[in-house]
This record gives sequence, structure tokens and C-alpha cells, in this order.
Amino acid sequence: MGITFRKETFRDDFTFRNSPEHIRRFPFPFHEDSYMYAVNIEPHVVGPKGSVLENLIDVDEHYVAEMQDRALVLAEDPLRCQSLPHMTLAGWDLLELLMEQQALGYPEHFTLERNGDRWRWINRPLGIDDTFTFGDTSTLPYGPMEYITRQSQGDFCILDQRDGNLWMDAGMVTTQADWSLDFDIGMNFFEWHAPVPLAHEKGIFVRALKFLINIQQGKPARRLNWTMTINPRLDTSPENYHKWGPDRTTVTPENVGDKVHLRVELQSFWRLPRSNGIVFPIRCYLIKMDELVTQPKWARRLHRVIRDLPEELATYKGLTRFRPTLVEWLSKLDDGSPTSSGFGPD
Amino acid sequence: MAAKTIISRPIYGTLSPQPGKHHLFIADAEGALAIADMAAKAPSGFFEGAEIVFIPGPDGKYVAALEALKPAQFHTAPSFASLLPRLKQTLTNAHMGLRLYLAGTEGLIGQAMQVALEAGIDHTSMQTEHRGSLARRMQCVHCKGITENVTTQPATCSHCGLLLLVRDHYSRRLAAFQGVCINAEDRSEIPPMEEAFP
Repeated sequence: MGITFRKETFRDDFTFRNSPEHIRRFPFPFHEDSYMYAVNIEPHVVGPKGSVLENLIDVDEHYVAEMQDRALVLAEDPLRCQSLPHMTLAGWDLLELLMEQQALGYPEHFTLERNGDRWRWINRPLGIDDTFTFGDTSTLPYGPMEYITRQSQGDFCILDQRDGNLWMDAGMVTTQADWSLDFDIGMNFFEWHAPVPLAHEKGIFVRALKFLINIQQGKPARRLNWTMTINPRLDTSPENYHKWGPDRTTVTPENVGDKVHLRVELQSFWRLPRSNGIVFPIRCYLIKMDELVTQPKWARRLHRVIRDLPEELATYKGLTRFRPTLVEWLSKLDDGSPTSSGFGPD
Repeated sequence: MAAKTIISRPIYGTLSPQPGKHHLFIADAEGALAIADMAAKAPSGFFEGAEIVFIPGPDGKYVAALEALKPAQFHTAPSFASLLPRLKQTLTNAHMGLRLYLAGTEGLIGQAMQVALEAGIDHTSMQTEHRGSLARRMQCVHCKGITENVTTQPATCSHCGLLLLVRDHYSRRLAAFQGVCINAEDRSEIPPMEEAFP
């Protein structure tokens, strides 16, 4: 049985919704009633059936709509997808990884046939059936990274490893939480994280880099990150901040449940075999408050996390304007009873 | 210099003579003083293998001081844009062992570094010294236009007109600080414009 792909939008009329099954599988990012940065990296191994970790590259009911939204972003602003000249081989590595993983996890939707360097890729949800020569860019309609990431949910950064550092030298970034690939491309790990508050002082990035440069082939790792977004908008880029920023002034006690979304990034890290680069998929999951609070444990916990969040983090995540309204709304769903440990709903 | 800084913001040093046969100096305005100060510490004959290219600025000062160092080549240019073709050729034809010294405003250092990076020179091998104006070169993240010589906080984008917060986040590839709309959420909020980078 295949996935039923929803027809929905992430802009204008914002018809994005999660089905009841997708609400239960949402990767809720808080395992306790408070939040602070940590090097929360763990092995990226397959998780329980019915969770977002059932497959290492997750395809869900939003796939087709997300790919349509990506195409709209790229038509408006091609600079969201860039690759420095030395990164083409890493692009082929990524194409192989994503085709293999999607075909493995979802054989009813994707098929990869290999005959030496002649590959045939069938993507049924998007109506694609292409035959090409692996390694020969002239046989694809786009560069290898752009080709496959127009067919894969989430943003993708490809990092080159040299001089004991990781360099953001290629990426497809259309669903980002307010950072600019066009500005950050070519920067090293510390430079592109420079604007993040508090974490540098805690030594987070030094330890994270040490971990990442030692990632081995076939042993990917993952972590969760989160923020909040008003309306289910994927493209919250700084490029368009002057267009989506006013949304943050529209939150009222009456519309919190519909407008305010928890935005969770499932970030994973994979060593690429030919280029020795690392690909860093940033998969974005959205859930509106009305959907999230159908799980009482999540409602209680989110209330405590948002209420007690340090001011610098609230500012960095852009919550300042609507935090009081949100906390007041969530407080009515928090009876003060304890929450069970762990991420999942009760 | 801003008191609180972030890791992507460049840190400049003090020029010092490096071992090598060929030395290329690129400077503007008060950057000439950094070269003159360094010359006092340089071994004799150092400038016999040196080329100085200099953008004097409107008051035309310091040209004589640099000429007095008797570099093998001395060139003045009216602007960075006018210097660019010559600089690209010099760097393309440069041999291993060329040492690069950049001195003056951040905009000059950043743009010269950008050209040198494109020519394959590692940024950590370049000597830099900031002198003179703190004015910033800023890229508008929205329209991608570069505004030169930004001295205020916030600053108006000279291309799209949005009012921008001039961040400390800096891109060597673009040779620019990032400008992000300061009142994107509520355009009626107009923070006062202050002279921040004189």
C-alpha cells in the first residue's frame, strides 16, 4: 500500500494539514520539560515502524506538494541552489544516496535500475522516468545535486572536508529557518554558525565539528532542531523575510491554534563515498498547535518549554512577538501534571 | 571595531615583512600609513621586489610617502573598480611565493581578498591591516545588491530601498556584511538611524 499524497499549499491559502497518522508520527523534539542547546547527536539508525525514522530518508504524505513548492521557490530565485565548481562529484554521491534510499524505502513509488553506468530512475509520484549515464552531467536536465534534490523532501547542504574543517560548498536550500545559502556558501563550520547565540560559548560547535569530521561511510548520524513558524510556510528564507515577517504580527488568542506551527528539523549527516564530503539533509516537519495539542503530553510539555525558554533563544528563534499569546493559550492545556520521559505521545 | 563580535567577522592584524621574493601591496587612503610603518621594520632592499598599488582617495594624500619607499612598481588608481583588471592579471601571472599585503578600509581589504581568493590564494596567507574608515560594504539579503561605504545603523539599501540591519555576519566570497530588513515584521516601526561605522 502506497502513500496517499496530499494536494496542499505552503503559501497563499496555506492548505497544508497533517493527517491523524502523521500527527502521531510527528518528531516532537523535547524529551523533557525544558530546552537548552546540547550536542544532541546520535546514530541515524532505523526506528519504529510508523515513525519518521522507519526509513533513513523519510518520504511522507506531503512529498508531492513540497516538491511543487520547491519548484516555485527556484523559479523565483535560482540562487537557492548553488554548487561551487569542485562539488560536482559530491553531487553524484548525493544522487546515488537519495535514489537508493527512496527506492529501498518506497519501492511502490520509486525504482532504480542500474546497468553499469547506465541508470534508469522512475519516480511515479512526480511522473519521472529518466535514463542517464552516472557521472555524465550532460545526460541529466540539471546538475546531479539539483536533479535529485528537486525530487527529495528537505534542504540539503553538501560539506567539503579539508583543513580539519567542514566547508558549506554546495546546497539546495528552499525550506530554511532563516539562513541564506547564497550568503553562507563557501564558509567553514564556525563561520556559517557565527550568528547563533550562546552555543559558541558552550563549546557546542567545537565538539560537534569533531564528531562530524569523524563520520564514517555507512554510519550516518542525526539530531533534531526546532523553531516556530507562523502559517505552514516552508520558505521562511531571509531573502523573503520582508514578505513573511508580517505574519508574526497576526497571532491573536483566537487564531493561535491554526496559525502557530512547531517547525522541527530532522538533520542527518552522511559520509559520501567518492568525494569524502558530508551531506547534511535538513528535513523540515510542520505541525499546527491545534494538531499538536491533540496529544495531551505534548501540549503540557510545549507549554513549559516555551514559557521557560531563555530570552536570547526566544529572540534568535523569532518568537518574541507572539510568545506571550502562545504561552497563555498553551497554559490552559497544562494542568501541571507530570509528563512521561521521552519524545513520544502517551 | 565593534565591541561584541562574531566568528565570521574578519579580524585584521598588523602588516609585517614576510619572507619571499615578491611582495604585492594593495592599499587605500590611510592604508598607506600601515605600509610606511611596516617599512620601518623591513630589511634593507625589501621594496626592490615589491609592487604597491594604491587608491589615494579624494584628498590625494600619502602618494609621495609611498613613492619614497622606492618599490619596483608603483601604481595609483582612482577606484577599486578601475584597479580590478590590472589586479586580476597580476594575480593570474603570479608565481608561488608571492606575498600579499592588504591595508586600508574594510571594503578595500575585502574586495582585494575576494579577487585573491578567486586566484587560488588562501586567505590565511594574506597580511591585512585595517586603517581609516569603519565604513562597511553590505549585501542586501533581499535584493542581493551591494551598498558601498555604509556608515549608519540601520542603513538603506541603495538598490531596493529597504531599511536594513547591518549585521556582523560577513562573507569573504561576497566581500560584504549581511544586511537584513530591520522592520520586516512591522514596516511602521522606524528605528533611529545612527552613525555606527564612521
